[in-house]
Amino acid sequence: MKGVLDLLVIVLCLVLGAALWWAMLDLPSSRIHLAEQVAAKLDASGVTHPVTAVLLNFRGYDTLIEVMVLFVALIGMLTQAEKGSQWLSAGYRPPPLPAPPFHLEVLQWLARVLVPLMILTAGYLLWAGAHRAGGAFQAAALLAGAGVLLNLAGLLPAWTTFRAGMRAGSITGLLFFVLAAAATAAAPHGHLLQYPAGWAGMLILLIETGLTLSLGLILAGFFLLLSAEASDGSDTEE
Amino acid sequence: MTSALIYALTGAALFLIGVAGLILQPHLLRKIIGFNIMASGIFLVLVGLGQREGSVDPVSQAMVLTGIVVSVAATALALALARRLLDLTGKMRLPGSGEGMPGKKPDA
Repeated sequence: MKGVLDLLVIVLCLVLGAALWWAMLDLPSSRIHLAEQVAAKLDASGVTHPVTAVLLNFRGYDTLIEVMVLFVALIGMLTQAEKGSQWLSAGYRPPPLPAPPFHLEVLQWLARVLVPLMILTAGYLLWAGAHRAGGAFQAAALLAGAGVLLNLAGLLPAWTTFRAGMRAGSITGLLFFVLAAAATAAAPHGHLLQYPAGWAGMLILLIETGLTLSLGLILAGFFLLLSAEASDGSDTEE
Repeated sequence: MTSALIYALTGAALFLIGVAGLILQPHLLRKIIGFNIMASGIFLVLVGLGQREGSVDPVSQAMVLTGIVVSVAATALALALARRLLDLTGKMRLPGSGEGMPGKKPDA
């Protein structure tokens, strides 16, 4: 019975795949040329890279809601942790990091060399986003990656609490973004996230800086909060 | 057949591999991986079809960038939920899936 059902699923997937391929091979060329529309308005966006212009100006509300989604996911993770397990409970002290085994020494050396460079590169990516590939999300991913690398090398303990400072840090970028959105919507003749002429470049840079810090913290939290539970999973509840 | 179209076709194939994995694999970690393969396939379709006519479409690239970050967040939340389920039931599979219905009457 189960074998028949599995086979049915595979056959249905193949049929759907064939239909998708056929649809794509037969697709007429689009009559809306978004790339041209973006290029036509690029001068007004405050940045010279089209992807950054779309992300933070033309479709800034998408990015605003995306950051909210990230924040909601973090809150969801924290609520999952708070009941039952000792993870994240107040007063719980993580066990001290064990002395690193020999095979980690190379990784630790590498992490010590790489992490400062990663932070430097994150700053560069944030700045470069205005005129070439880069921006807040790439920079934040790099910052979070630095945190993960430090954790895996045994240099940074997992986060067993999400302290007030971290909570504040992880919301700052979103708050500033919401504030900018509210200010632009409330301005006379203003629309949501329609930056006043001449201010767009500065506002985008400020929003992206806030987002880099907050998203770096949130993305690192996704890993470091989960790995906290793994490390104390061995002491079972009685 | 341009290279952009090959990306899109590969994306559709990846999407369906992910769908099949999501349905067929009972282990939650494999389901989450299947879900991620699905998402990667969709991103490849969006980027591939976006540059079908030679020029790169910044709008679809921005959408994919948004999507990647959201899928990372969704994966993290899914992992947290899976781990909570493991804490509560000791199993890495959804109640009612796999052999019999183990979730129906846990302590009868």
